Amino acid sequence: MNHAIRIRESWEDRLLLTIVYVALGLVTIAVAYPIIFIISSSFSSSSAVMGGKVWFLPVEPTLYGYSAVFKYKQIWTGYLNSIFYTGVGSTLSVALTIMMAYPISRKTFVGRNIFVWLLLFAMLFSGGLIPYYLVVRNLHLLGTAWAMILPGALSIFSVIVAKTFFQSSIPNDLYEAAQIDGCTDAGFLFRVVLFLSKPVIAVLFLWSAVGNWNSYFNALIFLNDASKYPLQLVLREILVVNNVDTSSMSLSAEQLKHFEDMKTLLKYSVIVISSIPVLILYPFIQKYFVQGVMVGAIKE
Amino acid sequence: MVKPDTARLKRRILRHWQLYLIVLLPTIFLITFNYVPMLGVQIAFKEFSPVKGIWGSPWVGGKQFNMFFTSPFFWPVIRNTLLLSVYALLIGTPAAILLALAMNEVPSQRFKKVVQMTTYAPYFISTVVLVGIINIVLSPSTGIYGQFAHLFGIDQAYDILGQPKAFSSLYVWSGVWQETGYGAVIYLASLANINPELHEASKIDGASRLERIIHIDLPAIRPTIIVLLILSVGGLLSVGFEKVFLLQNMINLETSEVISTYVYKIGLVNTNFSFAVAVGLFNSIVGFILIFSTNLLARRYSDSSLF
Repeated sequence: MNHAIRIRESWEDRLLLTIVYVALGLVTIAVAYPIIFIISSSFSSSSAVMGGKVWFLPVEPTLYGYSAVFKYKQIWTGYLNSIFYTGVGSTLSVALTIMMAYPISRKTFVGRNIFVWLLLFAMLFSGGLIPYYLVVRNLHLLGTAWAMILPGALSIFSVIVAKTFFQSSIPNDLYEAAQIDGCTDAGFLFRVVLFLSKPVIAVLFLWSAVGNWNSYFNALIFLNDASKYPLQLVLREILVVNNVDTSSMSLSAEQLKHFEDMKTLLKYSVIVISSIPVLILYPFIQKYFVQGVMVGAIKE
Repeated sequence: MVKPDTARLKRRILRHWQLYLIVLLPTIFLITFNYVPMLGVQIAFKEFSPVKGIWGSPWVGGKQFNMFFTSPFFWPVIRNTLLLSVYALLIGTPAAILLALAMNEVPSQRFKKVVQMTTYAPYFISTVVLVGIINIVLSPSTGIYGQFAHLFGIDQAYDILGQPKAFSSLYVWSGVWQETGYGAVIYLASLANINPELHEASKIDGASRLERIIHIDLPAIRPTIIVLLILSVGGLLSVGFEKVFLLQNMINLETSEVISTYVYKIGLVNTNFSFAVAVGLFNSIVGFILIFSTNLLARRYSDSSLF
């Protein structure tokens, strides 16, 4: 089919295509512009930002905003906490997902339908916020790092995605062959399934990691000690509540004088800094998220 | 059941004991964090006392529900919740479909890739940062919005953030900015699955681009649209807590208080657990009725449904 049928485009079609190009161009600019504006402002001087002189590129480039971030201890505590919660939480989450999805993907697993129904039922119904909170409280997890890791660890949606993947891409023949060679169920999981499932494991890990990194709600309701706050909760104080705590920053009198300027710039730079991990991962994330969306969209 | 069958069943279970061991840990999580909270729903019908606990607190029947239905917050909260979610649904779904259809028409792969990568990116921005960006960009004094107003000779730009009336639009359009690129992916995938011969054949028959979009592309993605619509209708009453809560302030509270933020405040801030659970339960029941009736309608009037 190298000689695709070529029919001269009518003026109508060319007009439509032009409109599509222009519209997509405008949409892309509209999406990208606020981000560019924030990044450029974060590298500009506070007088340029306050004076409305920043349009596209940084004006009077300076790293003042970033130096303010470096002095803000609470941001770094939050950063480290978030790395910890994201790392441990996502690893646990992927492990639990596979441990649930693998058995129920096996035909020889008696009672798999019971588990599938338990999962679907839990997807449709939930106890709601307060009973959830009470469970975490009764387990004495309130105020501990565990409250950030355990309650949300099992994602039912991920389990269903993983189960679909195992069923559709790991042939039953392979299992039977392994069984004849003396491979046990657990052995098959560790020696065969995990190696054949790298793409879906990557998807699950990224989902979980992005979710953990961006979440603030569990921290809001379960934590009360600022030293355990994840980054997003610190950001909420700065960006939304507009509360910048200078006591931890050890500022000189000179710097205190410019406090208002610094507070403005701090907001721009902290947005950039907090988004860096996701930004670095973006090419991978994008690729795998698209795959994940597809796998998740497969209807049984 | 006949005896030999049970024996065989037992043998089968025993032979795969490892699978049961593996599934044990996630099952404990499922029960603890999904099923135990469901038992807690009973406190909607009780007068919860922290000393007596969930099981020991006395039953009071539908008292909490009556209190909610007669409370002055009932209608505003329901109205705000419905308004926000219907508005978001009516704008968000067509936006994603339009973006996918438009990208599908573009012959240049490179252009398409740039558009997709850019529109997809905001999905990964956290809600807190998104609200931070909204506050910064829409500031009438220092934001882009204020700068543009100045450019057009308006000295005192209209303060969008301080307007209760503007809250719903702020919520919906920031959502469009953040989620349209992500939402378009799934439609793009179904568009890519269309047999190219369909397009070739209709070209020969003299169909224009627009006609092909209407008669080939749209019908092809209809099942996807319907399934996603059913899912969203089920969530009509559960507008996400995260963004609404962050965008809320004292000024816009009259239009921004939704069921989930109300439950949070009643329950966790004022520690009136029973009342908050009753409100939450009412919310889930209505959501459940909505999702089932939409599914029923979809099954009756089209060939696709969720279950």
